[in-house]
Amino acid sequence: MTDMAEITAAPAAAQAAARTDVIARRLARRHAAERRFRAIGIGAVVVSVAFLGTLLFNILSNGFGALLQTRILLDVAFDPAVMDIGERRDADSLAAADYGGLVKAAMAARFPEVASRGEKRELNALLSNGAGDALRRMVQDDPRIIGTTRPIWLIASSDLDMAVKGIMPRQAGAEGLRFSERQLAWIGKLEAEGALARQFNTRLFTAGDSREPELAGLLGAIVGSAFSLGITLLICFPIGVATAVYLEEFAPKNRWTDLIEVNINNLAAVPSVVFGLLGLAIFLNTFGLPRSAPLVGGLVLALISLPTIIIAGRAALKAVPPSIRQAAMGLGASKLQTVTDHVLPLAMPGMLTGTILGMAHALGETAPLLMIGMVAFIVDIPAGPLDPAAVLPVQVYLWSDSPERGFVEKTSAAIIVLLVFLSLMNLAAIWLRKKFERRW
Amino acid sequence: MPTILLTLVLLGLASAAYHLGRGKALSVSADGAPLHSLPRYHGYYVALWCGLPALALLVAWTVLEPQALRALMIAALPPELRGLSSQHLSLVVNEVRNVALHGAQPSSAAVAEAARHYTALSATGSWLLTALCAALAVAGLSWGRSRIHADARMRNAVERVVGVALVACSTVAILTTIGIVLSLIFESLLFFEHVPLHAFLFGTEWSPQMAIRADQVGSSGAFGAVPLFAGTLLISAIALAVAVPLGLLSAIYMSEYAQPRFRAVAKPLLEILAGIPTVVYGFFAVLTISPFLRAVGARLGLGIEAESALAAGLVMGIMIIPFVSSLSDDVINAVPQSLREGALGLGATRSETVIQVVIPAALPGIIGGVLLAASRAIGETMIVVMAAGMAANLTANPFAAVTTVTVQIVTLLVGDQEFDSPKTLAAFALGLVLFCVTLALNIVALHIVNKYREKYD
Repeated sequence: MTDMAEITAAPAAAQAAARTDVIARRLARRHAAERRFRAIGIGAVVVSVAFLGTLLFNILSNGFGALLQTRILLDVAFDPAVMDIGERRDADSLAAADYGGLVKAAMAARFPEVASRGEKRELNALLSNGAGDALRRMVQDDPRIIGTTRPIWLIASSDLDMAVKGIMPRQAGAEGLRFSERQLAWIGKLEAEGALARQFNTRLFTAGDSREPELAGLLGAIVGSAFSLGITLLICFPIGVATAVYLEEFAPKNRWTDLIEVNINNLAAVPSVVFGLLGLAIFLNTFGLPRSAPLVGGLVLALISLPTIIIAGRAALKAVPPSIRQAAMGLGASKLQTVTDHVLPLAMPGMLTGTILGMAHALGETAPLLMIGMVAFIVDIPAGPLDPAAVLPVQVYLWSDSPERGFVEKTSAAIIVLLVFLSLMNLAAIWLRKKFERRW
Repeated sequence: MPTILLTLVLLGLASAAYHLGRGKALSVSADGAPLHSLPRYHGYYVALWCGLPALALLVAWTVLEPQALRALMIAALPPELRGLSSQHLSLVVNEVRNVALHGAQPSSAAVAEAARHYTALSATGSWLLTALCAALAVAGLSWGRSRIHADARMRNAVERVVGVALVACSTVAILTTIGIVLSLIFESLLFFEHVPLHAFLFGTEWSPQMAIRADQVGSSGAFGAVPLFAGTLLISAIALAVAVPLGLLSAIYMSEYAQPRFRAVAKPLLEILAGIPTVVYGFFAVLTISPFLRAVGARLGLGIEAESALAAGLVMGIMIIPFVSSLSDDVINAVPQSLREGALGLGATRSETVIQVVIPAALPGIIGGVLLAASRAIGETMIVVMAAGMAANLTANPFAAVTTVTVQIVTLLVGDQEFDSPKTLAAFALGLVLFCVTLALNIVALHIVNKYREKYD
């Protein structure tokens, strides 16, 4: 018996050892697979976040340059003879005076050695075509400066701006150089004398669109966006809240309400271009509303964000516990009184959060606005919701389509402005949620 | 704008009416009679009577006035003008309107006379409107006020009006859908009068440039949409190939492995990707991704075009990562804990639990999420408009430029104001296809998701 036991025990022990060995190896493999899986998971998160980082870094690094603008310091003599106004000082004459002439005269005074026509043209090309605008504004503000001489920083041309910022080359002989040797010498002289500097780009926030990158500003688009969003808010907040209240508090459970619900869920997923087609066919062609107007843009955006607001509103109403309703009704309030006096105030922070997020989404919407003609090139700042206007994202699109190198920087700057507005709205929503969130 | 001014005046009147009504109710109750409704409801009642009819008149007037003015003006035109064909007549009408409203130069004495008549008519009209509105408002006010007595059921009346208003608001969503469907179908039908349906759906050549003159060569206009559908599918497939693995794996890591602190940071970061406007992604694709891909392609000896399906699809994929990840996150979290505990208790490692238990259980939900993401990708516009190009190539090569349904909708309509050429109408036909496909995808996806939810709830 014992012999037999020993005979069988030895292989059994060996077998057991072999088995533990196999198990250990398999376990090691399984654990390695576990670690691999985990690493892949982290990798996915990291890659996604890295995309975000690249995107933001790219836009920021490209766009921050546009906050500064190259200018040239010149002594401008406000000579009425050059301005071609004689003794007239009325508003029309001042507006129509020859400010470009002033700029050219100042440039000629700075470089008296420049004589030939061709040279002068090259010299004046260093300055922006719109450099005289600042002079016009100064004279209109205070006509008494006519006849005096002032040192003034004038906007440089986009090419010079790009070269100073190091985006385009400025060494003699470099590939893609946009300056002649004479121009390079003048630039060097200006720089050596401290008359060439980068200053804060006020035009970016105070001017409308322009074909010249150094003159283009965002104010028109910002105002256009504000008008559009104002219209959107006026339309979709009341309608959204009313619909949410009706569906959540009053609607009987029947086919009709089911239809509305399904409809709202599907509307939320309709591509936004289709809303643009709707706006084109109904608002522009049937109702005859003006093209490119923030009014129509606001209407279309309202239809786009309505489902979001309704869905958020219903969620906010659902979060108010039934005990509140029962208590109000128990004290004799009517159903409508219960809703308006008790449920709605408690749900309002949630509804506002949803509305702000919906608005933020509407602010970034581009495609449907292209359909209703908001892609026109518009220089003037819109004065009302019926004036033609661009909005911020459309301005981004327009600028990104412009071939001039200076617009790359401008586009990124416009995106930064857009993202700043979006983050402010999102922060407001988060703040509202944090401040008023209640756990029942 | 007199309409806006009038509206403001009416609103002011209504608020005055509220105070009058409330005051009268208070004085009635001060006389000792207990009121059925609270005083404010009496106020609302009077305000509604004062404001609603007048505002309704104002709206109706604003809608109908142009038609009425036109008819009146035509009736007053000299007979030789009135007898013109309808097209010529509308030209005359436009001219009269331009003369009257914008001070344009009239081309004939008759037009000048008609313009004077028009100006006089619209001036009379606006006086009439103001007078009528004021009369209605005052009449409504006094009628409403006269109805105030102690047991008038004002609350019930006001609540009925509010109820009707709520229902009216909730039909806006329905009206929007009807508007979308009708406008798409209407214009598409016009399009299919020019181009047969099968040529549109199955034709393989897309060149929507119509000949302006009959003898022009090479611009007969071909509306075969297959290259567009193929381009859309190619770009969406690339986008999903990027977004589904990244989004799904991120969701798995976040819900199954990550510490709460990591989750609290990483999840909002991913959601930021969903909040960035698409035009920004488009610019990113053009500025960064395309040149990068070209450089890489040149290294590897692949000819990647400046506008390639790959660049557009890649960036679109980045955009929909959070979409996939948050939907998958939801369904993975909805898998009951007992399933995980069962698997872990049998000795499975975490990854084995995820791959063999959690994912199969969550699969319908994940598929639903992927379908929703696909419908997002198909309907996405700005990225492809900026990065994918206009060339309607029928190719499966991701390095070539392709065009999509949305790109063509935008390019066909931007800048073109004529509304009867097949070129513009084609955009609506494409829109109809887009609407139907995304709608179908959504319905299927929501159906799958809901069905799956019922299983565990």
